[in-house]
Amino acid sequence: MAASVEFRGVFVEPILHEIDLSIRAGEAVAFIGRSGAGKTTMLRLVNGLVRPTSGEVLVDGTPLAEIDLIALRRRTGYIIQGSGLFPHRTVYENVATVPRLLGWEDGRTREAAREILAKLDLPLERFGERSPRSLSGGEQQRAGIARAMIAGPSMLLCDEPFGALDPIVRRDLQDAFRELRSGVTILFVTHDLAEALHVAERVVLFDQGRVVADASAESFPRLQVPLVERFVAAAGV
Amino acid sequence: MEVARATVQHIVIVAVSVGAAMVIGIPLGIWCARNLRAGRVALRIVDTIQTIPSLALFGLLIPVPLIGGIGMRTAIVALILYSLLPIVRNTLTGIRGVDPTVVDAGVAMGMTPRQLLRSVELPLAMPTIVAGIRIATVIGIGVATIAAAIGGGGLGTLIFRGVAMVDTRLMLEGALPAAGLALVSDLVLSAVERMLIQR
Repeated sequence: MAASVEFRGVFVEPILHEIDLSIRAGEAVAFIGRSGAGKTTMLRLVNGLVRPTSGEVLVDGTPLAEIDLIALRRRTGYIIQGSGLFPHRTVYENVATVPRLLGWEDGRTREAAREILAKLDLPLERFGERSPRSLSGGEQQRAGIARAMIAGPSMLLCDEPFGALDPIVRRDLQDAFRELRSGVTILFVTHDLAEALHVAERVVLFDQGRVVADASAESFPRLQVPLVERFVAAAGV
Repeated sequence: MEVARATVQHIVIVAVSVGAAMVIGIPLGIWCARNLRAGRVALRIVDTIQTIPSLALFGLLIPVPLIGGIGMRTAIVALILYSLLPIVRNTLTGIRGVDPTVVDAGVAMGMTPRQLLRSVELPLAMPTIVAGIRIATVIGIGVATIAAAIGGGGLGTLIFRGVAMVDTRLMLEGALPAAGLALVSDLVLSAVERMLIQR
């Protein structure tokens, strides 16, 4: 079940200023902006890694302050640049993290891992027992996505997940990611407009901690906003 | 025969002290990593104990009721105090040294602080913690020889007696096994450390 997210008058001193934003269940939204615009903080507000100075964040209509954060995080996938894989655990053990936290039995965990790893082109038989260190950057990122998605999360928070990859691997992963995006709400942080338009159906532009543009992926590039025009020019879309 | 008995006694003294220092020092190091400001004070105290010369520390402990007096007990208490610093400091350093993105990933997946500690932070800090245990053990083997001066037993007894009797053979019967013990434990614990790093 995809979750809805709402930001109501959220301030995070000194990063974000009065954010009002509402994201429907199942929507795929990209947050773009220059470095330091507050995009990452927006993501971290949703799983409670950052608390607002004032205002509130609601998931499925319930304020975060009233939600069991541990349980919320277990049904929220988090994908970050550099993958954040546990270096001391095998690919399988990494992918099995959330199912184990949720107390799934081994057979079910293994089946789910087999399925999600296959979708991401990392067959369990070949990659399950490998150490993250032995994987390429793209493979690590795929394993990170598998780990975030194995338990069927209701939200996916992605913080520049493909930022450190070469353009070809990057495009492959964006495509793989598009295939997986049904039935889950996606918040995707990137500073690459082309990537935002490719993976999301709605684009929100942040500048200095405020929302300066918010539109569907189709209409976003045509917005008459100076910073949007600069992003469009830079991305060549 | 006396050498064998003294060696076993030496090993027991060091093992008991380093073992106790681990039981106290690892949780203390974790606590210091969680409470950085208070941790710095705790580390300073442990650090100060370490700077006291060993013979002076034995001297200071002897008049203390319950833990003091002449004999092995005082020796063990002093050795525990000495072993604390490397263990506390390395536990702290090891935990603080875990890649923050990995810790972040663990928290974001819904690990409780205890789960995070047990399955992410401690395993990744383990090589550094073992290095602390190794340093504590090697220092402990050395300081334990001096413990014979306050009747602590162990290989130091043979060395001190050898010195008093100007008997080189007796002296070496204490000194060689002590040196050997330090070298062997250093080698073994270094190997454990390397194994943990490679994993």
